[in-house]
Parts: sequence; C-alpha cells; structure tokens
Amino acid sequence: MKAGEDMEKIITSKGLIYEYYTHNDKGEIESKHRALDELNLEIQKGQFVVILGHNGSGKSTLAKHMNAILHPTGGTLLIKGMDVKDQKNLWDIRQTAGMVFQNPDNQIIAAIVEEDVAFGPENLGIEPKEIRKRVDESINAVQMAEYMTHSPNLLSGGQKQRIAIAGVLAMKPECIILDEPTAMLDPVGRKEVLETIYRLNKKENITIIHITHYMEEAIKADRVVVMDRGKIVMDDTPRKIFSQVEKLKELGLDVPQVTELAFYMQKQGINISTEILTIEEMVDEIWQLNSRK
Amino acid sequence: MFRDITIGQYYPANSLIHKLDSRVKIIATFIFIIDLFIANNYIGYGITSIFLGIIIFLSKVPIKYMLKGLKAIFVIILITGALNIFMTPGEHVLWSYKGITITGEGLYTAGLMATRLIFLIIGSSILTLTTSPIQLTDGIESILNPFKKIGIPAHEVAMMMTIALRFIPILLEETDKIMKAQMARGADFESGGIIKRAKSLIPLLVPLFISAFRRAEELAMAMEARCYRGGENRTRMKQLVIENKDYIAMTIIAIFTLIMILIRFI
Ligand SMILES: Nc1ncnc2c1ncn2[C@@H]1O[C@H](COP(=O)(O)OP(=O)(O)OP(=O)(O)O)[C@@H](O)[C@H]1O
Ligand SMILES: [Mg+2]
Repeated sequence: MKAGEDMEKIITSKGLIYEYYTHNDKGEIESKHRALDELNLEIQKGQFVVILGHNGSGKSTLAKHMNAILHPTGGTLLIKGMDVKDQKNLWDIRQTAGMVFQNPDNQIIAAIVEEDVAFGPENLGIEPKEIRKRVDESINAVQMAEYMTHSPNLLSGGQKQRIAIAGVLAMKPECIILDEPTAMLDPVGRKEVLETIYRLNKKENITIIHITHYMEEAIKADRVVVMDRGKIVMDDTPRKIFSQVEKLKELGLDVPQVTELAFYMQKQGINISTEILTIEEMVDEIWQLNSRK
Repeated sequence: MFRDITIGQYYPANSLIHKLDSRVKIIATFIFIIDLFIANNYIGYGITSIFLGIIIFLSKVPIKYMLKGLKAIFVIILITGALNIFMTPGEHVLWSYKGITITGEGLYTAGLMATRLIFLIIGSSILTLTTSPIQLTDGIESILNPFKKIGIPAHEVAMMMTIALRFIPILLEETDKIMKAQMARGADFESGGIIKRAKSLIPLLVPLFISAFRRAEELAMAMEARCYRGGENRTRMKQLVIENKDYIAMTIIAIFTLIMILIRFI
C-alpha cells in the first residue's frame, strides 16, 4: 500500500478484537464475550457507509472504538492514521471522529440549544468568538436556526438529534459516526435526520458511518457493511447487498420491501432483476417486462 | 402532581435589573441579606421596603410573582412569629394566663423577625426572577473561581447545576409517566397513612433510579465523546462582562449598606 493512499483512509482496522469481561463478586473474571472478532475494515474519506447487523453483532462496540471510548483487546484501529491505543491521540481522535448516540435526550448537556452546541468547542479551548461562529454555522447546517435559544426539552426527537449532530459539527470533525440515531424517532424525525446527514456528506464532504436497523436508510449509501458475530460478512454497494435476499435472511436481516417482492417474482419464474431498491425502479422494471414480451 | 413544579422561576423581561451582570446580582443579594440582619428597627426596615419597592418597579416583574415565594414560607413566618410572641421576656406585659405571657417586646420582635423573613424571600426572589438559570450558573462559577486554590470545585459545581437544570424536568416528567403507569395497574399514592404512602413510593422510585443511572452513564459517555475533560483549559462561548451599570449597582448597594449601619449605630 502506498503512503499517499493511506492518507485517504479515515478508518483502518486490522484484526480488531474486543472482549467484554463479566466479573464476579470477588473481582475475578467470570466469563468473557468476544464482541469483535478479528475485524478488518477500511473506510475512505468522504464515503457514506451504512453498517447493518442483527442485535448483538457488535456494531455499537465497533462504533465506540472509532471514538476511542473503548480500547481494543487486540489488533489495531487507526483513525486518520492515529492509533486508538495511544493515549496521547485521544482528544484528536474524538475531535476527528464525532459520535452521535441513539437516545436524543441523554446526549444533550445544556438547557439551551446554542449552549449545548457550544459544549464541544468549549472543551477544545477555542476562542469565544470562533465558538460563536461555529455554533451559528453548525445550527444553520442542520437547519435549526430558529430554535437557537430554545430549551431542548420542547423539541421533537428528530430536532433533538439534529442538535446533537450540530454539537458534533461544531468540533469540525472529518467523520461522524451515528449509532442508531433514528431508532427512537417517528418517520418524520427519521427523514429529517437522514436528510441532514446526506446533506453533510455531499456538501461538506464529511465521512458518515451510519448504524441502523432500517434497511430503507441504507439504499442511498455508497457502501453497505453487514456485521455478524463480531465480523464483517458482507461489504458492497447497497444494490449488490440487497439482491442477496436469501443470505441476508440467514443473517437475520430484512431487505427493502420492493427488493423482496422482486426476489419472490424471480422465484416464480418472472424475468426480473433483484437489484431493485425503490418503487420507481420497480415500476420501470415492470414496464420493461411488458415490452420484453 | 409533579408537572406544576418549575425549576428556577425566571421571569423573562427586558429590564435594567435583568441586564445587570449575574455576578453583581448574586453578590448584591448576598450583601442585602447581611444588611437585613444589620437593621434592627422599623426605620431601617422602612427604608429597606422603599429600596425593594424601587427595585421591583425597575425589574418589571409583576408583584404577584414576588409574593408567590412568600406562600411557600407562610407557615415558617407564622411559627417564628408565634415563638417570638410567647418566648420573649419583657416588662410591658399585655396579657398573661397560667404562666403564658405576651409582652410588648415580644410583639415588637415578632414583627421585626417576620418583616426580616419576608424581605429575605423577596430579595432572593428578585435575583432568581431576573436572572436566567444559565446566567446564574455561570455567575456562581465565576464567583467561586478564585477559591479554587483552597479546594472549592467551582467548575464541577457549575457543571452539576447545568446538568441538573437539563435533567430535572426530564426526570419529573418520567416520574409522572411511571406514576400513571402504576396507577393504571391499581397503585394508590394518595391515601393511607404516612408509612403506607412511603411504601407505595417504592415501585415508583426503583424504576426511576434505574433509569436515572442509565441516563447518567449515557450522558457521561456523550460528554467524553465531545472531548469533555473537566474545567481545565476550557473556554466559554458567552463571557460575563462588567459594564458601567454594574458599577453603579454596586455603588448603590454599598450606599444602602452604609445607611443600614448608620441607622443601627447612631
Ligand atoms: N457492557 C457490556 N458487557 C458485556 N457484554 C456486552 C456489553 N456491551 C455489549 N455486550 C455484548 O457484546 C455483543 C455486541 O454488542 P453490541 O452492543 O456491540 O451489539 P450491536 O450490534 O450494537 O447490537 P444492537 O443492534 O442491539 O445495538 C453483544 O453480544 C452484547 O451482549
Ligand atoms: Mg448497538
């Protein structure tokens, strides 16, 4: 691998292992559970990556490593070339790779929106004027300007998550990791959050790593990574991933409804592609079916 | 039951008192409370009431908000009043029955004490009504900062207050929810003696504590992820600045203190 190529990689994990230990009353190790099992993954700068996997497959554990909240038991993980095991990189890593969590309530710290967005830059010791500028920019970027001085308690779930995203943005990260940010939201809130992260990816070229259980949220991604038992078992474009309906079902995952429909149509002997992700594509495909006859 | 509790009774308005620096207001309130104990006669309290009246007028806060705070301590005022009436020995006996006596001195002291308490509550209400909780927190942190060297954790105290301000309403709402859920299953929080009532709170408190600890853990992680590492090298977006009006306010409170001292000792 060339050095120049290496710079483009924001995340490089080689043989990453993480084990959870449970201790008994005496403090001895009672049992251990391998949540990440020699995991290899490379993510290029600017990519929009969706990570899928059934419950307990190790997605959150992986995400917490990328933010240096957890430290590997074995193997290596580099964030923009910085080793997460090296304590002196800690704050640079957390500034480079920001993290948004599932519960919108438990990650907003201050009782006023703009104060909360300022929390990250304040911790970094940035000049007050520059913080003000970043806070304004970040709140605008998530389109929440009119709520600048509101209390977070009065916002909807989707709005709270956008504030959480703004809080990360104000630290000027190159990569944002979102661990099921939409899991506790209604469909409207989910749409708001998704549109926000897609816009940040396209406009600001921020690398997005989006962990989700909703297959529909993976359709527009550049790349889908499927995890199972602490390993990466599939890694491809959404189209290629979702066309493998049977394999996904084996892994305990669903596929988008239209893809599943196409799959069953093909099974019935209809000459249709299973690389279909949206209703529009399905409509086109069915039209062509007609003309093929 | 819990929804009616509001934390920090801030009354937003655009007044001179609102615009004063929070540190100045905190310190002035503190001095004012000391002044209340310096004053010990009705001339002093007469001047104090005029002083308070002017500040309330300037603050644009309706008087009924000021008096709200008094409702809560009404019983305390009554009890201290009663104690003073019956317990103060004196020469001018007004009424006596089986060893219980009411003296002129007793009435006088009771009146003074009640006035003192009422002024104390109104004085501190002016502070909390005209200063937003965030400004209050920032002010306290800034005032405590010089005392860091003698081990007062200024930043930590302020951070705890910030988090409390954010989470107390959330936890109250959650308590309400759990209560309703338990009531739907037949729990009864409102009848029975004190022990029965206390017991009925257990199924309320257990889930509440579990949830609070879970929140605390997640919040700690979120704070760490956003590079929180204590107060060191931390900057603030909004900085407190002392302006001319703050100097004037400090001068006024100093003159007031002087008057109180003069009235007492001359
Ligand atoms: N603190 C912990 N102590 C012990 N084991 C844990 C701990 N956290 C997670 N695990 C275990 O590690 C495995 C991976 O958990 P992880 O939370 O990474 O999964 P996940 O893919 O995020 O699942 P989900 O979709 O439910 O969020 C699971 O089997 C889980 O039981
Ligand atoms: Mg998870």
